[in-house]
Amino acid sequence: MAEGPAAPTDDRAILAVERLSLSFGGLAALAAVDLRVRAGSITGIIGPNGAGKTSLLNCISGFYRPDRGRVLLDGEDVTRLPADRRAALGIARTFQSVSLFEGMTVLDNVKLGAHVRQRSGVVSSMLRLPWASREELALREEVEREVFDFLEMEHLRRRTVGSLSYGLQKRVDLARALAMRPRVLLLDEPVAGMNEEETEDMARFILDVQEERGITIVLIEHDMGVVMDLCDRVVALSFGEKLAEGTPGEIQKDPEVIRAYLGEAA
Amino acid sequence: MDHFLQLLASGVVTGGIYALVAVGFVIVYKATGIINFATGELMMLGAFFAYTAMTAARAPFALALLVAVVAAGGLGALVERVVLRPLLGQRAISVIMVTIGLSSIFKGVAQMIWSGEYRSFPPIFPRAPLVLGTVILPSRQVWPFAIALAAILLVGLGFRFTRTGTAMRATAGDQQAAFAMGIDIRRVFSLSWSLAAVTAAIAGVVVGTIGGISPQLGAIGLRMFPVVILGGLDSIPGALVGGIAIGVLENMAGGYLDPLLEGGGVKEVVPFVALVAILMIRPYGLFGTREVERL
Amino acid sequence: MLIGNYQETYRSDEALLRTPAVRGWMAALGTAALVFPFVAGDYLLYLANLMGVLAIAALGLNILTGFTGQISLGHAAFMGVGGFGAAFLASRLSVPFWLAVPAGGVMACLAGVVVGVPSLRIKGLYLAIATLAAQVIAEWVFVNWTSVTGGIRGLNVPPARLVGVSLDTDFRIYFLIQAALAAHVWFAANLFRTRWGRAFIAVRDRDIAAELIGVPLFRTKILSFMVSSFYAGMAGGLWAFFVKVVTPENFPLSLSIQLLAMVIVGGLGSIKGTLFGTAFMTLVPEVLKLGVGALRTVWPGAQSYFFPMRDVVFGALIVAFLVFEPHGLAEMWNRTKRFFALWPFEK
Repeated sequence: MAEGPAAPTDDRAILAVERLSLSFGGLAALAAVDLRVRAGSITGIIGPNGAGKTSLLNCISGFYRPDRGRVLLDGEDVTRLPADRRAALGIARTFQSVSLFEGMTVLDNVKLGAHVRQRSGVVSSMLRLPWASREELALREEVEREVFDFLEMEHLRRRTVGSLSYGLQKRVDLARALAMRPRVLLLDEPVAGMNEEETEDMARFILDVQEERGITIVLIEHDMGVVMDLCDRVVALSFGEKLAEGTPGEIQKDPEVIRAYLGEAA
Repeated sequence: MDHFLQLLASGVVTGGIYALVAVGFVIVYKATGIINFATGELMMLGAFFAYTAMTAARAPFALALLVAVVAAGGLGALVERVVLRPLLGQRAISVIMVTIGLSSIFKGVAQMIWSGEYRSFPPIFPRAPLVLGTVILPSRQVWPFAIALAAILLVGLGFRFTRTGTAMRATAGDQQAAFAMGIDIRRVFSLSWSLAAVTAAIAGVVVGTIGGISPQLGAIGLRMFPVVILGGLDSIPGALVGGIAIGVLENMAGGYLDPLLEGGGVKEVVPFVALVAILMIRPYGLFGTREVERL
Repeated sequence: MLIGNYQETYRSDEALLRTPAVRGWMAALGTAALVFPFVAGDYLLYLANLMGVLAIAALGLNILTGFTGQISLGHAAFMGVGGFGAAFLASRLSVPFWLAVPAGGVMACLAGVVVGVPSLRIKGLYLAIATLAAQVIAEWVFVNWTSVTGGIRGLNVPPARLVGVSLDTDFRIYFLIQAALAAHVWFAANLFRTRWGRAFIAVRDRDIAAELIGVPLFRTKILSFMVSSFYAGMAGGLWAFFVKVVTPENFPLSLSIQLLAMVIVGGLGSIKGTLFGTAFMTLVPEVLKLGVGALRTVWPGAQSYFFPMRDVVFGALIVAFLVFEPHGLAEMWNRTKRFFALWPFEK
């Protein structure tokens, strides 16, 4: 008996990247990369240095304009949109190196994440018109509930960003991204430079974000333990091309991936 | 047509002097990334140094120029060591304001030493004007232009062909790499400021021979912004082209538009209108290097 | 010794003056400001008015340069737009001051939009040079657009009238100026506690990250130019009614530089720093004047050295602060406060 067609997949690709290509003056950072990310999943992007992982994230978030290809958010083509418009549509990201605003407290950094969702104008804020004050107070309450409480950061509110340890700074980075109430969260090496305890905390937070908020997560990581534990799917890049894609277990055994990481001898 | 040619020629000659002022500015920007607002006042001090040498010590012009150059060079190095070195790596506005502060100090000190009076150099150049067909250029314009041109050429060639010049260009391109190659960055900075002060001093002497000397002479330093924006903040050939272009533009605008407008003063403002236009169309100017952004 | 600042509701934690001590100090300051004109002499009153007007302008400049990181070398030009605007409306169209001054502010605000447009394409030093060009061009316009500005002779401004009272003395206009200053300080404090103020600072600190978080860069910079030049315009308009004559000479490049010095010496990105800086940079030349006058007995020629010496002191102060105390008077103040908060413990 002939096999019926494969069962239709129910995955809604909340984020998709089609034949994405990017080069810097002759050097190809990304070469026709395809990616479909299922809503509510955690996808890991791995690869040696220079593989194009951060370039991919930069194209999705809008910092780079790709030479060819498209970026689709829930079916909508956002390739031509500037970064701040994409943020308003629900793409948030954290950064590999510290990108917190050093001139503001932790509280203000996190509140800034909600910029796209607020409505107050300059004049109404300066004159402290009632509805502007109400919005600001409501924001404070929301941020306390949804972010500070969630990430166990209440004691950090009024601290200046520069006085925080690296691990805490990365947590503030995540907090700020969460304040955007994003649909898709891009994490660029969220546990880089952290010790074991900090890594476990961050991994736990990432899982909580997925489970409790239903936010889709795409993360770049070198820490294989984190990738294997957290990710539903893993994508391996090398020299700008997609080498392999699959579950963590599949990727671990993929010969192409092994070769890219360990060299020909393996 | 004669009017046009006359304006053109005067413009070129004035422009050459602007170019010399601009070169000093470009040197500092190339090597250190600093915009030097004190360039005008360094010019003024150079002029006063030469003037003092000529009147108090009865030195002949060439010697007085040499004195001015040496004194200015020393001043430049001193300024770099005492004021600018501590500010290495600070944000742009701090460094801009420091050079503005220095320009204020220089102006005040000059006025205290030499008083606010307006002085002129004793006659230096031969009187005969340069006659090109229907165009007449007074000697007090032509000789300074020649000196300016010679100075620019010397500096340009020096940058290109001497070891020190190459070291300066390397530092301008990438400070860390230059340092890794064994180039003494501090010495390069010091030299850059000395050289900038020297070119400013020569420019100051040159301007002083045309229009006289006073502590206000530095105001001409403002003129160099349109020049370096047109030519490119870090390009010496750009300074030359930009200087001459602005000189011509100024003269043409003054010659043709001034009679039409009531208040006049068109000469002063047109270069700045051009500056804005250039910034909108081609911010890095004709020969400047583009800056790249990284995340 | 200060141990902690405990609030019990988010509302009280979000307030501007959060502790009884701070509220007390503010009340004391307000009382002193109200009493001052009754005890001070004419010249001191004049100085207080001058500082009040300049502080409003400096505050505007700090918003643009200190908080948003956009260097402006043309702030005096915006003051001029506001000043001439208000003066024109008052003297030629008999508009009352309480309309003319804000109208001047709005005109300056629109000029700010024009000057800010290049920020779409250029940033940093290039934008600074563009503002310098704007200053030069504005000065030329002030001199040459004689139908509006009166050219070199300028415009004479009738004194402001408030409920029938003519504010034609330093004593009377003091209250207007200080009230305006207090209001503008309050507006600025509100701004930086809320959405757009945070956006300004984000653009200053890391503009790329800010954009990726959703802050529209160009719009934010333009808004900053608008607020900043509105402040300058208001200051210019108040100046018009304070000095009662407006000429192009009142708004030169050197004023732009003075304002920058006030902001930097006071502390970039600090509101109270601007107030300190304005007072400091206005009073230092006055102290110098007194000193030179006192020297006259010993050294008769001293008087003629006043102007150049003022230039030297001005420049030296700028250089000294930038080398030794780059965060300005505000930082010195904070350090002192911290010292007393922790006393008798150290650090």
